[in-house]
Amino acid sequence: MSTRQIRNVAFVDGVRTPFGKANGGLYKDTRADDMVVRCIRELLRRNPQLPPSRIDEVAIAATTQIGDQGLTIGRTAALLAGLPNTVPGYAIDRMCAGAMTAVTTVSASIAIGAYDVAIAGGVEHMGRHPMGEGVDPNPRFLAERLVDQSALVMGSTAENLHDRLPHLTKERADAFALASQEKYAKAVAHLEPDLVPVAGFSSEGWGLATADEAPRETSMEKLATLKTPFRPHGRVTAGNAAGLNDGATACLLASEEVAASLELPIAMRLVSYGFAGVEPEVMGVGPIPSTEKALRLAGLSIEDIGLFELNEAFAVQVLAFLDHFGIADDDPRVNPWGGAIAVGHPLASSGVRLMTQLARQFALNRGVRYGLTAMCVGIGMGGSVIWENPNWEGFDV
Amino acid sequence: MSELVTASKLRFVNVGLGKPAALITLDNGFDHTKPNTFGPAGLSSLASAVDEALAAEPAFIAVTGKPYIFCVGFDLTTFNETPTREQALELGRMGHRAFARLRESTVPTFAFVNGAAMGGGLEVALHCHYRTVSGGAAALALPEVLLGLIPGWGGSQLLPNLVGILPAIQVIVQNPLMQNKMLRPKQALEMGMFDKLFEPADFLESSLGWAASVVSGQTAVDRPEVDRSEMWDAILGFARAELDKRVHGAIPSANKALELLALAKEGPNFEAEIEALADLAVSPEARNGLYAFDLVQRRAKKPVGAPSPGLAAEVTKVGIVGAGLMAAQIGLLFLRKLEVPVVLTDLDQERVDKGLSYVHAEIDKLVSKKRLSAGKAAKLRRLVSGSVSKDAFADAELVIEAVFEEMSVKKRVWAEVEEIVSPECILATNTSSLSITEMAADLKHPSRVVGLHFFNPVAVMPLLEIVRGERTDDVALATAFAVGKKLGKSCVLVKDAPAFVANRIFARFLGTIWQSVDEGTPFDVADRALDPLGLPMRPSAFLSLVGAGVAAHVGAIMHDAYPDRFPLSPNMSIIAKSGLPILVDDEPNPALIEQLQQGDRPLTEEQVRDRALKALAEEITIMLQEGVVAEAADIDLCMIVGGGWPFHLGGITPYLKQHGYL
Repeated sequence: MSTRQIRNVAFVDGVRTPFGKANGGLYKDTRADDMVVRCIRELLRRNPQLPPSRIDEVAIAATTQIGDQGLTIGRTAALLAGLPNTVPGYAIDRMCAGAMTAVTTVSASIAIGAYDVAIAGGVEHMGRHPMGEGVDPNPRFLAERLVDQSALVMGSTAENLHDRLPHLTKERADAFALASQEKYAKAVAHLEPDLVPVAGFSSEGWGLATADEAPRETSMEKLATLKTPFRPHGRVTAGNAAGLNDGATACLLASEEVAASLELPIAMRLVSYGFAGVEPEVMGVGPIPSTEKALRLAGLSIEDIGLFELNEAFAVQVLAFLDHFGIADDDPRVNPWGGAIAVGHPLASSGVRLMTQLARQFALNRGVRYGLTAMCVGIGMGGSVIWENPNWEGFDV
Repeated sequence: MSELVTASKLRFVNVGLGKPAALITLDNGFDHTKPNTFGPAGLSSLASAVDEALAAEPAFIAVTGKPYIFCVGFDLTTFNETPTREQALELGRMGHRAFARLRESTVPTFAFVNGAAMGGGLEVALHCHYRTVSGGAAALALPEVLLGLIPGWGGSQLLPNLVGILPAIQVIVQNPLMQNKMLRPKQALEMGMFDKLFEPADFLESSLGWAASVVSGQTAVDRPEVDRSEMWDAILGFARAELDKRVHGAIPSANKALELLALAKEGPNFEAEIEALADLAVSPEARNGLYAFDLVQRRAKKPVGAPSPGLAAEVTKVGIVGAGLMAAQIGLLFLRKLEVPVVLTDLDQERVDKGLSYVHAEIDKLVSKKRLSAGKAAKLRRLVSGSVSKDAFADAELVIEAVFEEMSVKKRVWAEVEEIVSPECILATNTSSLSITEMAADLKHPSRVVGLHFFNPVAVMPLLEIVRGERTDDVALATAFAVGKKLGKSCVLVKDAPAFVANRIFARFLGTIWQSVDEGTPFDVADRALDPLGLPMRPSAFLSLVGAGVAAHVGAIMHDAYPDRFPLSPNMSIIAKSGLPILVDDEPNPALIEQLQQGDRPLTEEQVRDRALKALAEEITIMLQEGVVAEAADIDLCMIVGGGWPFHLGGITPYLKQHGYL
């Protein structure tokens, strides 16, 4: 066999549905697979130069792979989207980092030459499939004290993080949350181009979801009054955490040469990625070691990163990351258009939202060379992907 | 019946135009198995929704339907069967009043036809300024003419002005009279009924996006100019001549529709349309049409007298005795619809092979016509087999015989089969004339014998007469109905009586025609006598279709049973024996007419017709007295689906009543 060449991987385009509130929200009567289908079709519509038969894989993540999120959703969504039946697909799960893992996994396959073009994305309809639906944790976890009981309740892991890093106070968390809402409100127009309208039928007739449902106006005073559902006298509230949401995302990835030959745009270049495990009881710190890994693999340091898209599962968890790397809570490079605390976090779908937003910001920030997308993952993990901006003046094609 | 109201549910959606668009969903609250319809309350709901939408000054107004269904038109259950002309006028005006809002709106209006759209459902779309259609829309049609009406809520005037006269005639007149043929979405798009077709996966999102681009001026909608030259009248003249040739003026709704299409040349004339609808709505033909529609839609699907479907035995393998043409046709039908092993047997390998090769050739034909996938064809080829031994029936739950029409032959076959099959195996005979009761008499388990009387060609003819012998039990009967339903047939329960229903009626009715010829009526006069009924074919054409041999055979059987009412016609024997074709260039064969031996008592057309209708009425009365079927409606259903007798006669008994024969 001849010497294998690793190919550059391009993030071509990304879209998402508007994110709805779980339980009675925008998508109360909409199937999760239909939301994925909408994203896939929108990618095809936006990139008509791509012959659908050239897609080599459809990898779709879902945390709860049951019902409309089951049945190997990557394959079934591909068929429902009208892709040729020659296009394969699969389902993937790494909880919150599902879509991120879909991206890294198909990217690795593109890099090694197994695929030319692939679709990666994720979906979570937390209304139809509440967190923990159908789970059956092995009793050994607790019997052998492999993990603390709190490790399975994400809000409790965030409380644990406040315990361990007492200087990350509730006030700092609330201030970060408020800023997320405010930044989102200002940036809505930047996000709209990548939203896929979704028609949904209910007893009120057909409606059309066109805007995120979760963002709200708030204030430090209001945030201070919210209950702490995970612990009496705790610090984690509905205000400084992402909510329960429904949403889907998808993106198009390709080898750079293939993208060029098909005249597909290159929105970002994949530089490196890393996943890492941490104590499940403080899963929120996961992005720290995963980012260190990704930086090491890329030969970069944190100073090289010009834009950060960090998933805001909990404010404290983002603050722990910033604190570790010596970045200010209100650093303008971090989540410039707000984050999951405002827009919502439909678990397995969120990774591609971070990437789609970073790609948009790259286009507006030609001076920035590298960006980071990172997120924490349940049961104690973190995932990080470093991207290079093709709009950067010194970009080497 | 009270109206199942299809509500118009108004919501405002953001389509990126600065102000919201109004989206109206037609929804009766049930799933697609109960389609949306328009009754008075539904129309008024639509009117209010449009008014409310207009008041909000939206970017545009769009109407769509609940999943899979747009709207299938006027709610027939709210139709007063005998309306006054004033009520009928109001019926027309009611629809126009509601729909005009969409046509006259200063805000652009759109119909997003996401699913089945028929009659008034399609008409509401025609009133909108623009239309999209889903590639998955199952049924698109204006079937009114079939029901003795015309598209009276704007369709007869708007459609020709949108698509031109030729496609309008096809949709409004020709398709309804061709077993209510539906348009496929692509055809409807190509003829110009719709501006745009979108795939079903994101039909509504695409339609809304497209509508927004039309309203913003980004997308221009081009429609070809409608040709209003003298071609308009010439094409109508041609269509009128074709119609006259086919139904001899018997369908007033079709004639009226053509008149309205002529008027439409000068632009929509809604007043004329409303008047025409009122004229027709009070006509017996419309009453008959609605009655016939109900028979075909409801009674054919829920056969009267059928035992509980739960009693039916599961059929996992079917045996067919005989591999001749009829047997092979039946085998193919079972194969395609049941997809279970089917074994054909016959006396020698040559016959078996011939039957099998027929089935294989038909499967190949279906594949080449793209009516069967290669995978399904492979499955069917694996499922069909042949044998010279009936031992192959041992594990079948249903065996059908299609052997020679001779009681002794059939009895011998069943005696042989009974030695092989399980005691529960259902034995079905395709006899067209022999007694089921007698055929079963010598068997150990006579209660399992049932009649399944198919009509030729088996794949096409929708009627299946299911015959209950004196000892046929409910399991055999329920199985027959369950199988008949799976075969896609309209099943009617009939008693074990000579020639059952459809053939008996044909024999009696046509017997009077041949009798008139025997007595001296010129052949062409007798042949024309029934033209005013608008039957699908003249007696000569019918005879040519079924074959003089078969007709003579049925005639002989009926004569044996009821010699007085079914006299043997000497000329029928002459025709059968001559072997000459009955028709030459679609006209009776002069060489054949020359051979006829006729008396000297000719009748006029009117006299021949009167005699035929009297005979029909008498025979039907006797059949009902004998209990051959449960009700006259079953006879009508048999004649509509088995004989193609027209809706405007209501099958036949409503017509006979209206003309004083019954």
